[in-house]
Amino acid sequence: MEIWVVLIVLGFILLWILLAYNGLVTLRNRVREALSEIDVQLKRRSSLIPNLVETVKGYAKHEKEVFENVTKARSALMGATSLGQKAQANDMLTGALKSLFAVAEAYPELKASDNFKQLQEEISDTETKVAASRQFYNTNVLDLNNNLETFPTKMIGNTFGFQKEPFFQATDEEKADIQVKF
Amino acid sequence: MATINTAWDQVSSNTFKTWAIMFFFSLFTVGIVYILGRGFGYGQTGGLGLVGMALIIAGIMNFISYYYSDKIVLGISGAKEIKKQDNPEVFRTVENLCIAAGLPLPRIYILEDSATNAFATGRDPKHAAICFTSGILQKLNKQELEGVTAHELSHVGNRDTLLMSVVSILVGTIALLTDWFLRSMFFGGGRARDDDSKSGTIFMVLALVAAILAPIVAMLIQLSISRRRELLADASGVLLTRYPQGLENALLKISKDTEPLEAANRGTAHLYIVNPLKGSSAAGFMVGLFNTHPPIEVRIKALREMEGKV
Repeated sequence: MEIWVVLIVLGFILLWILLAYNGLVTLRNRVREALSEIDVQLKRRSSLIPNLVETVKGYAKHEKEVFENVTKARSALMGATSLGQKAQANDMLTGALKSLFAVAEAYPELKASDNFKQLQEEISDTETKVAASRQFYNTNVLDLNNNLETFPTKMIGNTFGFQKEPFFQATDEEKADIQVKF
Repeated sequence: MATINTAWDQVSSNTFKTWAIMFFFSLFTVGIVYILGRGFGYGQTGGLGLVGMALIIAGIMNFISYYYSDKIVLGISGAKEIKKQDNPEVFRTVENLCIAAGLPLPRIYILEDSATNAFATGRDPKHAAICFTSGILQKLNKQELEGVTAHELSHVGNRDTLLMSVVSILVGTIALLTDWFLRSMFFGGGRARDDDSKSGTIFMVLALVAAILAPIVAMLIQLSISRRRELLADASGVLLTRYPQGLENALLKISKDTEPLEAANRGTAHLYIVNPLKGSSAAGFMVGLFNTHPPIEVRIKALREMEGKV
């Protein structure tokens, strides 16, 4: 009789370990998927750049430095591998684009061109998309980290070597941006 | 959970309350089924056939309306699907919030109606559709529209169509059973019963009371779940936009507009961002019980609590 009680209890514990482990794997995969979604949006962003540069060049040939900065930032973004590098390169690109658009202000013909307007719209939309995918990534990281830090799933996480994931953080420059907006 | 403040707290609290209500609703249904079964004069198990029948009928009816929820509602309302080029601004708003919520892009519809409202439907996120009236698109600014869209996408992400369908099955089962019971009382009152004892009489009386009250109680529970889900969608929506003021201003604007939505009816009212039937905005306790949506003041208050905390 007693052996059965022990067996049943053990069975439940095993079942729980199984479910907890699978739950953590699911959460970790979600984080990875969310990370690849950020990549998708970053790629989308960098693929718009050459077109933009070409368009602006057509009107403002001698602003070489600005073009160089944008191109440099774009290749940095495309070459970035770690999360930190990506965040940094993305910020660099944001800064470079800002000066590009500032330069564009001086060329009324450029500003009036439909192509430029459309590209500007696309780029600002892609920036929102990058931010949104980052937000989704952070939501998933929060979920995973919560599970890895709270009892009892913490034990499973420690036993099977699950790692907490870093948040994709906004840099100081971006934070300053937001304050200006509101 | 002493004080409910942040959007996270409101999400967990409303989720917990939904399941608490669902738990008691299930107990209530089982209790009513038991009492009616005894009242019908069946033994403990004999009534199961009738219950099964009621469950199957209610189940099939609701499953159809669940499975085809998008087609039915959109068909009735006469909304038109839009593509990106038709309205890039709206399309992008939905698209970007979907990325933040991790949802597939739903089909987007616009309903030509000057009333200010919006709804989401569909059996799961992959078959979801979101619909705006042309009135709401005109009257709301970008941030307000984002708030409304995030609320609707939260309904999709929280699988509210599924939950409300399950609730409808329970309500439908109770309605059918009590209806059958009252009819059998009416037409077959003199039928011989296999249980003539004192407890049989007690169950007869109990069953009669239950048969009269249960459908109303079931409906009230259904409505309270619906209101809970609205508060939940408000809070989860805020987690998407991180800007409670957007939805807050949108709700204020929408509530000032008193025009009822022509395409809405009682069956679809719970889907909308605010009660589309209007005319019942008085926040009295009794009126409140019969509403699919919490009063605007309650929602605004909850949103104000989240300000600066997300």
